[in-house]
Amino acid sequence: MNDLSIFIVGAAGEGIQTIGDVMAQALLKQGTRVFATPEFESRIRGGNSSFRLRIAEINAPRRDADILLALNPKAAAFYEHLASPNCLMLGELPPGGEGVEMPFQALAKEQFGSPLFANSLAVGALGTLLGIRPPILEETIRETFGSRGGNVLEANLSALHLGQTKVAEARPDADSYRMESGKEPLHYASVHDVIPIAAAAAGCRFMAAYPMSPSTGIITAFAKNPELGVFVEQTEDEIAAINMVLGASAAGARAMTATSGGGFALMTEAISLSGMTETPIVLVIAQRPGPATGLPTRTAQEDLLFALHGGHGEFARAILAPSDPQDAIDATFRAFWLADTYQIPVIVLTDQYLADSRFCLSELSVPSENVPMGLSDPEAYETYQRYLLTENGISPRLALGQSEHLVRIDSDEHTEAGHITEDLAQTRPAMVEKRLEKLRRLKTEMRLPDAYRTEDAEVVLISWGSTRHAVREAVDRLVREDKHVGSLHFTDLWPLPQLRLPNTVEYWVVEGNATGQFAGLIEHVLGLRIQGRIGRYDGLPIDADTVLEALT
Amino acid sequence: MIPIEQYRTTAENQWCPGCPNFGIQTALKRALSALDLAPHQICLVSGIGQAAKTPHYIASNLFNGLHGRAIPVATGIQIANPRLKTIVISGDGCIYGEGGNHLLHAFRRNPNITVLVHDNQIYALTKGQGSPTTRKGEKTRLQFDGVKSDPAQMLATAIVHDCGFVARGFTGNLDNLAGLLQQAISYRGLSLVNILQPCITWGNHPVSWYQERIVPVPSGHDRTDRAAAIAFALEAPERFPVGVLYQRPERAVFGEDHVRARNESPMFALPPVDRDIIERELDTLRVSRNRTQESIGEE
Repeated sequence: MNDLSIFIVGAAGEGIQTIGDVMAQALLKQGTRVFATPEFESRIRGGNSSFRLRIAEINAPRRDADILLALNPKAAAFYEHLASPNCLMLGELPPGGEGVEMPFQALAKEQFGSPLFANSLAVGALGTLLGIRPPILEETIRETFGSRGGNVLEANLSALHLGQTKVAEARPDADSYRMESGKEPLHYASVHDVIPIAAAAAGCRFMAAYPMSPSTGIITAFAKNPELGVFVEQTEDEIAAINMVLGASAAGARAMTATSGGGFALMTEAISLSGMTETPIVLVIAQRPGPATGLPTRTAQEDLLFALHGGHGEFARAILAPSDPQDAIDATFRAFWLADTYQIPVIVLTDQYLADSRFCLSELSVPSENVPMGLSDPEAYETYQRYLLTENGISPRLALGQSEHLVRIDSDEHTEAGHITEDLAQTRPAMVEKRLEKLRRLKTEMRLPDAYRTEDAEVVLISWGSTRHAVREAVDRLVREDKHVGSLHFTDLWPLPQLRLPNTVEYWVVEGNATGQFAGLIEHVLGLRIQGRIGRYDGLPIDADTVLEALT
Repeated sequence: MIPIEQYRTTAENQWCPGCPNFGIQTALKRALSALDLAPHQICLVSGIGQAAKTPHYIASNLFNGLHGRAIPVATGIQIANPRLKTIVISGDGCIYGEGGNHLLHAFRRNPNITVLVHDNQIYALTKGQGSPTTRKGEKTRLQFDGVKSDPAQMLATAIVHDCGFVARGFTGNLDNLAGLLQQAISYRGLSLVNILQPCITWGNHPVSWYQERIVPVPSGHDRTDRAAAIAFALEAPERFPVGVLYQRPERAVFGEDHVRARNESPMFALPPVDRDIIERELDTLRVSRNRTQESIGEE
């Protein structure tokens, strides 16, 4: 079997994430590739949540389950409709359901005195079904619970063994789920796991943010790892965060912030300030469904046009939308480089799906070169003007206090020296043109979309950001049905790269919103005729089925 | 002493002729000169309003940002380059109104910056609307039948939050004002000076109205006496005790561990992060292979 989908379902607080993480670690230890994506409600206890493992070569979600492991009967019933035709139900069963019944929580309470040990029981049962060797399961349990005091580890190991025994009794043919293992070393990471590491490697020194799902993991990772050398501050609001970051950047620190759509709404005046003062900044927007509070723990691609247009006035910005951890490392590096080189705000657009899903990768590397600071040499100038007019629109940048040259940074329309001006005849038009010249040049830096199986395609699926792997899976499935389908995936969204696309094929744009934001943008900017728009806006990630259902 | 002329700039001044802002400009230059702070050692940070234009008229590094947002900008600058003397200078509408929340949290954070507030009790640049410090009942160009809200008591609020240095100055006494500014700027931690500045164009009161209400803080006042300091602060807007209301012993300032650990180096001068640290972080995402796996595989 080379594609197995496991849903671990239960209420918030029951430990589905622990079971999922332990299972994923055990699988990875034996070299089995696994992709994990949690799906949860915005609450601390109760409700229905799932942690989904997909054992396959593909880093994309599957909509149905081959194994449904439930920690309570309500969750079993809630998720039952997602069972694939031969799905094995394990644990608590839905009313009238068939499968391997094992009331984990009741059993744990009865045998070990606490329902907390249900997790290791479930790991024992599921691990045995998947044919994971007992020493690997034990090692994973030791790594997870070894640091807890008392008899926690011993009780968890006993629970693990009981789970193994029980499932072997109930399913003598348990081995049919044995998964292939490999020798390749594997990485297991989310996009938000790697952005802080990449940022630090790119020279980021300052991060200020206000906690907002699903972006909070980024500032948390900086705070947890002080050796990354990044100064971290949780501010009173998003407005303070971005203004603090702009201050630090103006004083020569490479600096960033992270938020979600609602927080970005508060930051828009300061994005415009970054554009006007030509102060570099990197801003991660982790999208979630809106409007307003929307669905805080769900995913969407609804803020593309907002990221593009948020902020008054006209100025240059770049938007990059990575699709997986390696892509995110590269995008983060380029974001800092572009921000410093062009002295502009650069937005890295992620979403809840990228924040919380764990991808399995053979390679994960951070570029070894340093990102050069965009600061000039103060010795090179007799007199210094922060906004000197140049051919390419980029003025030599000195940081506040870098030398004896005075640096004047102004949000008003300003002279080359950085003083307020109302010279409408010359200075104003020259400064507008200077700022927009940077946008013109920036276009040449943007990368072309990634083309997949487009050679003899009659239909090309266009996607951006987090949907790359799901769309590729859809392409593969359609090609297997002898359809001529390919895909074009964009990471660089703004300015759009200079690109000529043939008008002999049909273009369908796949994105996580209802209005076809990217479709409209490329129609408008590239003059491309779009045949169809495939949108998903229920708060769940786009999967291959989203595409297949729309096309067939 | 740095000669006062060194703070001169070529920017065209946009203030009304005779505006008390000129007095604040003079007092600040005198304080900077007395503290031996050369223009390149200073960074003036402002928001929006007539007061917020001051940085253009005093030779210095400057960041003239958005309305209300000077304090977070200054906080970021101070951490990124602690060698700069970072001073916020803006009006009551900017610091107490639009940016009031930032001031409140600056009290908690205690960044090593000075905040100077031109308090003219009116919005002047937008032509005469009520400000957070306008007296209740006063008529303005927007509150035609009088301001309905009570004025903000930000100095008392500062003292309640244990802001390290809190003073009130008046543009009618520049010697005293320059002295207060000098003390505020040399204080390590957050210092706040509210500067009463009659608006000669839109203000509701002539200079004489202020002069009748200005009283010096008594010479015997114990600056560390918080209750007495709050009482002086709350005499406004009936009477304005001028001087240092509150000063507490210096305490930890925002980010000082980080700043000390890098010997006060500006962030732009720091070497790149050690490559080994990056690799170690990446390693935490690399799955450690099961130790028994290889031998099991060979069974």
